[in-house]
Amino acid sequence: MSKQKVFIIPCSGIGKSLGTVGRKATYKVVGELRPDQARTTCLALLTIGDEETLKMIRENPCVSIDGCPSQCSKKNIEVSKGKLVRSIMVTDVLRNHRGLKPEGIIKLNAEGEKLASLLADEVAKEVDKIEGDDK
Amino acid sequence: MGMAVNKVGIISCSGEEIPEGTISRIAALLVLEKLRYDETVTICLPLFLAGSEEERVFARLFPTITVDGCEKRCAEIGTKKYSGKPAATIVVTDILKKYPNLNLKSRDELSAEELELAEKVAEEIAKKVDEVLEQKRGPKRRES
Repeated sequence: MSKQKVFIIPCSGIGKSLGTVGRKATYKVVGELRPDQARTTCLALLTIGDEETLKMIRENPCVSIDGCPSQCSKKNIEVSKGKLVRSIMVTDVLRNHRGLKPEGIIKLNAEGEKLASLLADEVAKEVDKIEGDDK
Repeated sequence: MGMAVNKVGIISCSGEEIPEGTISRIAALLVLEKLRYDETVTICLPLFLAGSEEERVFARLFPTITVDGCEKRCAEIGTKKYSGKPAATIVVTDILKKYPNLNLKSRDELSAEELELAEKVAEEIAKKVDEVLEQKRGPKRRES
């Protein structure tokens, strides 16, 4: 039987530093911290209703990561009837680390990179909890 | 509703899953932040589904250029479906055909070679911006 993977889906966040923070944190989780338990997909595939992607996000637990109150990732997963199990706002993590001033979009400054690492650690913990819940 | 002719909307796919998606995002940002700072605006593509009519009106307010990482063409399809037909479209994999020796590896940190490709894509987007603006402004000039 193929093991379920947790889908980490960041917002596209094209014009915002916190969008880049969410994207970088996602890559850290799926590439380094939990490569065997987590993967990502393109949020835009949900926006256009790609059948293959819809099937995957309905069958596997999803975690949304959003950089702004529009919550595009969360809402696209919900509208697509995906299995949304956690919704994370980058601003909530930033609130817990008020000293950080993330800047840059193409290239994050050091504080943005730090925030992305902290966010990735939180997302990895959520992946573990989700896996625990499923057992 | 009238279309603004002094700005062009750049809509990039999100492309989290593949390196070409990151190239399209970085290329769009290079145009927005550097190459055509005063002539371009953007919107997050997923906002067409997550947002309201206020967001969906975007392609009716601005002529748009969609930038896609792959043949799925999410930005082009999504813009057409929710907002309006793009004035021009770009697909990174089409541009990549001109560089058969370039092997994209990273979807996170771009290598110098990958960044160079993003810059080339950005230049193509900037050319399209100029063409779109010229088309839109052209008739007005002739009238005066």
